[in-house]
Amino acid sequence: MTPLLLGTALCGCVILYALLGGADYGGGIWDLFASGPRKVEQRALIEHAIGPIWEANHVWLVLVVVVLFTAFPPAFAAITSGLFTPLLLLLIGIVLRGAAFTFRTYETSGDRAQRRWGRIFSASSALAPLMLGDIVGSLASGHVEGPASRAWLEPFPLAVGAFTAALFAFLSATYLSVEAGGPLRDDFRKRGLVAGVVVGVLALGTFLLSSSGAPLVHHGLTARPWSWPLQLATALSAVLAFAGLALRRFRQARFGAAAQVSLIVTGWAASQYPYLVVPVWTLRSASAPAGVQNLLLAALGGGALLLFPSLYLLFRVFKGERPLALIDREEPRAPQPPPARR
Amino acid sequence: MTDLLYARALTGVSLAFHIVFAAVGVAMPLFMALAEWRWRRTGDAVFLELARRWAKGTAILFAVGAVSGTVISFELGLLWPRFMQFAGALVGMPFSLEGFAFFTEAIFLGIYLYGWDKVSPRLHLASAFVVAASGAASAFFVTLANAWMNVPAGFSLAAGMPASVDPVAAMFPPGWWREVLHVTLSSYIATAFIVAAIHARALLRKPASRFHRAALGISLAVGAATAVLQPLSGDLSARGVAVNQPIKLAALEGQFQTEQGAPLRIGGVPDIEARTTRWALLIPRGLSLLAFHHPAAEVKGLEAFPRNDWPQVVFVHLSFQVMVACGSALALLALVAAVLSWKRRGVPQNRWFLRAAVVAGPLGFIALEAGWMVTELGRQPYVVHGALRTSDAVTAVPRLAAPFWAFTALYLFLAAAVAVLLKRQLAAPPHEAA
Repeated sequence: MTPLLLGTALCGCVILYALLGGADYGGGIWDLFASGPRKVEQRALIEHAIGPIWEANHVWLVLVVVVLFTAFPPAFAAITSGLFTPLLLLLIGIVLRGAAFTFRTYETSGDRAQRRWGRIFSASSALAPLMLGDIVGSLASGHVEGPASRAWLEPFPLAVGAFTAALFAFLSATYLSVEAGGPLRDDFRKRGLVAGVVVGVLALGTFLLSSSGAPLVHHGLTARPWSWPLQLATALSAVLAFAGLALRRFRQARFGAAAQVSLIVTGWAASQYPYLVVPVWTLRSASAPAGVQNLLLAALGGGALLLFPSLYLLFRVFKGERPLALIDREEPRAPQPPPARR
Repeated sequence: MTDLLYARALTGVSLAFHIVFAAVGVAMPLFMALAEWRWRRTGDAVFLELARRWAKGTAILFAVGAVSGTVISFELGLLWPRFMQFAGALVGMPFSLEGFAFFTEAIFLGIYLYGWDKVSPRLHLASAFVVAASGAASAFFVTLANAWMNVPAGFSLAAGMPASVDPVAAMFPPGWWREVLHVTLSSYIATAFIVAAIHARALLRKPASRFHRAALGISLAVGAATAVLQPLSGDLSARGVAVNQPIKLAALEGQFQTEQGAPLRIGGVPDIEARTTRWALLIPRGLSLLAFHHPAAEVKGLEAFPRNDWPQVVFVHLSFQVMVACGSALALLALVAAVLSWKRRGVPQNRWFLRAAVVAGPLGFIALEAGWMVTELGRQPYVVHGALRTSDAVTAVPRLAAPFWAFTALYLFLAAAVAVLLKRQLAAPPHEAA
């Protein structure tokens, strides 16, 4: 029972990392694709949106790592040694994204230097989700064996990488369209609609590749009792998100996109259950001693009591009175568009 | 270089880089909080300006600390998968709790940095203290994991792997509090004296600046209070090492022969071939007195242990000498600062003292890096003292030269960028109220 609960907690942390940290990467991708007459304002909004929260959002990944190596040490060892290269590339993306974003904020020597940091920030924001998705795809493929496996270069993991980047960009566009005002809101609405189409195409492509590239996950997505209900719920969320953007119901779009991302991660986790690393390590076979797992579970429970109120405070302060609301409404303290960077 | 050496070098470079930002992340929020607290109490705008300026520096350094710390959490597995397979369950608890401390730190630092006009004054000030407390908690938990590597506890070995694991005993290995205390103090000392040096230098140029005097006051108060405690904490640590890791004590003291009434060696260079430490200043019976608080106590020499269990004695001994020398100099400076402040009933203004503070600025970080070399190199050839050799823990991934050079270049680039940014932040003159 404890391994399953810890596996569920792990999956929950991955979902929250995707919803929060993933959207920050998506913001970086939109910084890369900033264009049109409001290019400067788009970048300013992204900076304003992720500045206060990206460090907290990033910690979900750290939590994934520590829970994995505490509760399932051999799985962690297998993942880090099998996926050595994509993990290093992910780390380079993470380091450059965080450092360049902060350096740009505190750069005082003028526009050119800021643009230079901005380019590093946006390029590394694209690299990180590509690698993150690639790592997930490799784990699902069942081909990660031995040190520095080349499984990450196969078509399926690469497709999952591209899909992940598109999905984060889509998610971020729905968040930003809620936070933007005026014509800027329409910029991110359009970007969201385009990204939504790309997500759809890449989802189909990834699904087709999965039949040969990740048979276990493919089986999970098609042939288990919960497969079609889950697929249907995911599709409905996607429609909810896309229609929300099309009909300018931005909070609905944000909710739909977040539900879609959560269900995709859940679908991945459920279809490779009970495997952590297909086909080598299961939740049970990779488990640390029960005493450790029980204590960890208790620590996670206690930590959550401390963490979630703090996180709610953070989002309430920076994302308005109703950070989780689903319905658009004029707010007394609606976030103002930030002043454009000179 | 072999892959083992590259793996060790990459781990070393990553930690040497991260540890600076980690220490700053523990101490700077306290300075920030104290400055804002003084402002709220006195209404003196100089302290508000100080809190804002220190917050900018903290923001830059914390971000680099956050991402470089993430690299290390992955590197544990990337470079040492067999260490993690062996020890993940045993060191995992402190790392997990550190995760929550890090979360709290990041959340409230966000509120602090971006919330100046968004949250109530009380919440803003409280956020600074929460960041300071959770920074200290992070250091506490991470050092617990390192304490376990030095004195592994909470398991028995069965066929080379841990069995009958007790995670609570593993989290608090014998003498854990000695290392935790020593490391936490070192974070405050190192940060405080570099900050004090920056403001002392500015005061030498502009003696009338109330801004720099206020900054020197806070940094020196924290630095002096911790620096005078550090020699006592160091004594506790050394006595712990004497009991739990006698071979490390022998290496850091350059003690080759087992000896009753062993002398304390100040300086000197160990000669492995001749099995003696040359050119050291000897204090008769000093080591026995310090390590066991008895002049005739027996101190085990390196020769009491198999040759292939010895660490790199020369490095360890020299690092230890450097750490002790820098720490003692700072403790002395702290005493001088205390006397001068008491005589002046305020922040010391004496130009010779300010010059000394400028020169002493880097000593805290030199001591911190050297101390970390002492504990890590002094534990070699083991990654888990007496239980797992470093060479048995390394990854089977070949060609580690590439990631070593890539990350070394990345860290050099970041260090240069941080240096330039901080220099510009410092160059901007403070808005001083008349």
